[in-house]
Amino acid sequence: MQGAGPISGSRSFLSKLREGDEIARLITFIFAASVVLITISLVYELWIGSALPRHKFGLHFFVSQDWDPVMDQYGALPFIYGTLVTSAVALLLAIPLGIGASIFLAELAPPRISDTLQFFIDLLAAVPSVIYGLLGIFIIVPLIRNVIYPALNKPFGFLPIFKGPSYGVGFLTAGIVLAIMVIPYIISVSREVLLSVPRDQREAALALGSTRWESTWKVVVPFAKTGIMGSIFLALARALGETMAVTMVVGNSPKIAASLFAPGYSIAAVIANDFTEATGELQTQAYIELGLVLFLLTFILNGLARILIIVTTQKGSKVSN
Amino acid sequence: MKRTAVLLMAVLVASGVVWAQGLLINGAGASFPYPIYSKWFDVYHQKNGNMQFNYQSVGSGAGIKQVTEGTVDFGASDGPMNDEQLKAYQDKRGSEILHFPTVLGAAVPTYNVPGVSATLNFTPEALAGIFLGKITKWNDPAITGPNKGVNLPGNEIVVVHRSDGSGTTYIWTDYLSKVSDEWKSKVNKATSVNWPVGLGGKGSEGVTALIKQTPNSIGYVELIYAAQNNIPYGTVKNAAGTFVKADLKSVSEAAAGAAKDMPEDFRVSITNAPGKTAYPISSFTWLLIPSKIQDNAKRDAIKGFLTWMLADGQTYAEQLSYAKLPKEVIEKEKKAIAKVQ
Amino acid sequence: MGARLRWRKFVSNFMLTLTGICAVVSVAVLFFILGYLLFNGGTSINWDFFTKLPKPVGETGGGMANAIVGSAKLLAAASLFGVPIGFFGGIYLAEFSGSKTAGVVRYAADLLNGVPSIVIGIFAFSIVVRPFKTFSTLAGAFALGLMMIPITLRSTEEFLNAVPKMLREGAMALGASKWKTIATVIVPAAYRGILTAILLALARVAGEAAPLLFTAFGNRYWSQGWNQPTAALPEMIYRYAGSPYEDWHRQAWAAGLVLLGFILIINILARTILARGISMPRS
Repeated sequence: MQGAGPISGSRSFLSKLREGDEIARLITFIFAASVVLITISLVYELWIGSALPRHKFGLHFFVSQDWDPVMDQYGALPFIYGTLVTSAVALLLAIPLGIGASIFLAELAPPRISDTLQFFIDLLAAVPSVIYGLLGIFIIVPLIRNVIYPALNKPFGFLPIFKGPSYGVGFLTAGIVLAIMVIPYIISVSREVLLSVPRDQREAALALGSTRWESTWKVVVPFAKTGIMGSIFLALARALGETMAVTMVVGNSPKIAASLFAPGYSIAAVIANDFTEATGELQTQAYIELGLVLFLLTFILNGLARILIIVTTQKGSKVSN
Repeated sequence: MKRTAVLLMAVLVASGVVWAQGLLINGAGASFPYPIYSKWFDVYHQKNGNMQFNYQSVGSGAGIKQVTEGTVDFGASDGPMNDEQLKAYQDKRGSEILHFPTVLGAAVPTYNVPGVSATLNFTPEALAGIFLGKITKWNDPAITGPNKGVNLPGNEIVVVHRSDGSGTTYIWTDYLSKVSDEWKSKVNKATSVNWPVGLGGKGSEGVTALIKQTPNSIGYVELIYAAQNNIPYGTVKNAAGTFVKADLKSVSEAAAGAAKDMPEDFRVSITNAPGKTAYPISSFTWLLIPSKIQDNAKRDAIKGFLTWMLADGQTYAEQLSYAKLPKEVIEKEKKAIAKVQ
Repeated sequence: MGARLRWRKFVSNFMLTLTGICAVVSVAVLFFILGYLLFNGGTSINWDFFTKLPKPVGETGGGMANAIVGSAKLLAAASLFGVPIGFFGGIYLAEFSGSKTAGVVRYAADLLNGVPSIVIGIFAFSIVVRPFKTFSTLAGAFALGLMMIPITLRSTEEFLNAVPKMLREGAMALGASKWKTIATVIVPAAYRGILTAILLALARVAGEAAPLLFTAFGNRYWSQGWNQPTAALPEMIYRYAGSPYEDWHRQAWAAGLVLLGFILIINILARTILARGISMPRS
């Protein structure tokens, strides 16, 4: 009997000990199980709650542009399009900046400075979405209207992506706000991943005569590239699900347009705006189906991200052993 | 550690108890009358300290939905519930929902055109064309025609509409459906329509904000939003051919005819009303009150408020640019309050 | 040969400077945000903001006292719901479970963590608002609490696992039962990290507005008890920012400053607590 120790066991005392443990195990098990239960019921609610439109529209839901509550026709393409476009713009802006910054933090900056800067970057990640929305409305929207639009539309207005009038709000505005929101994720994960690349990789490259930059860009970064991909997926997952900041600056127009300056919509934004006023079962469930779609997208991306990051950090520890 | 936990629990329980006296009645719906409702509820609360009416301006669509679901005690809408919605309420809650007109308001075409501070005149054709996306520039003849003397630029028009289900949208589209066959067949009228063009703002507040911040924009909001925010709004040519600006007089005149023939359930449309100086995009706005209210205290509070609203309440309407209800309508409503049980 | 090397060196310095600029720009954004909020919000913060209720639409003045209290209530209730589940669940994972069950629980928590907050709002609406037929602080707290669970769970597990074996074995050797060991030795040893995680979870949900849209709903007055709609700072910011009234914009900035200030202070507090103790295993 383990743990019997100096206490001469009277049988009732020891069985009480075991009982105590059993109770503790049971109680904590219940709490742990409730996590699983909650998650299952969430997925279940989303699935069951969207049964009507799923059966009525099937795959048509994903390709139809027609979101018409009056006629009870629901096609989610404008929202899917908007979600993808704003996220794509966000990544296009955030990836170079984020990877650049993470390279600096991991390779160049002395540890103290790297840690301090990372601390601030983590704080940036803590800024809530509404505040980004607030700044979006009062800073980015005028910026687009007064600076960026004239700069891009006058010379390049013939290109479909820069065509048309500027409203201030729109795909580009939302993309820029999202970019600022996801940069911290790219930076912190990429930095981790780069730091986990074994020293010898760098040193070998330098020993062979490469410059600092060459060893970084041609050896270290490729070594870590799966993990960096992971950080991008993570950032993408975050961008897809962002609600408040997007709905405040995207223009709330369920239309597909080629121009980045046009107003648009995203899945999360339309749910936020319309869910509480959906009348009738079909309409309400259509929004739940949108929620399901969003959930699946972020679920897949997060899963992939995790795998990629783990693979890279394990690779790092394997090689250095 | 233990002591702080106990203290925390005590505070939590206390906060639940401390304000437990006092009645909270929740309502949600139209943003069209939000300024006057929020004033009314504030004044009523001053008079009756133990009652609070918490009204959220979430759009008529949400108001109808929430009162049907029962998640709020009353709703508000400027698009009367249609027969389908009435039936849905009946089916879900087992009793009727009642409409109580509160004030008269106007949906005005408000705009932000750089360099133009004059009041523009809009014909029904111009408005329909703009919102259909067929008229795209401010110097289109349909707009410049009735506005000789105003220098309209050749900029692209930015249309702003509601993104949420809105009674104001209902009023606007109801009017456009009456004056434009193309609108009626393409878009029709509802609280939420498939807009051919434009940006979506959330609530009348959101639309007003967008117009204020976006040059070359035009949108539709309740009169008070344009007035309170000092943005210009135009006149509209009515059925009699006069260009009328929305104000207390022209809105009241629009309701004059309907007042005499008001149906029992108070659901009526007064857009494009006859009358030389009637404003064509006027409307009643309604509180949606369940005919059966379980909670006695709430029921009495609501009935008390309705009675006050029809008397003293009306005196607050005009300072916020809403027109008072016609006398005949008030009399009819007073009798109808008895239906709330 | 020399020219080629010089070019490569130049490229190297150039690119590395560029990365430095990227880092500086990213960090500068944070300070810009803070500065802008301070400038616009600082001038709008007055005593009224903290003590008065909102005024009727279009009238200037008033404050957000009810939103501040509302947020406080939501966070308190959310913690009461989410923290115990995460904490005790974490204990189960670290101390009692087999690796299969642990894997399932961890997976569920990670899944929950990745759910967009608006979808959490839909879930809370179906589970709490619809059956109870009212928007309420409880519903909002449920949604926020859900979001606190994964962080608390994973962190509790990690910090408990990080407690040195020696402590565990020492306690066992003295005859303490498992649960006593956990309660009196292991948890206290890991408390710093766990507290940090709870604070970070709190900071995360404090700023959330999306899940509150369908649950707490908003309230122009004090919210009484737990079963009524309530105002909250993030939700007020959203409403006021989208309005045309200058005075409301002013108040939105002030609210933004208060909210961000609160969140940043908690974050800094949490990370300093952690820095003083054992180093945090990166999640």
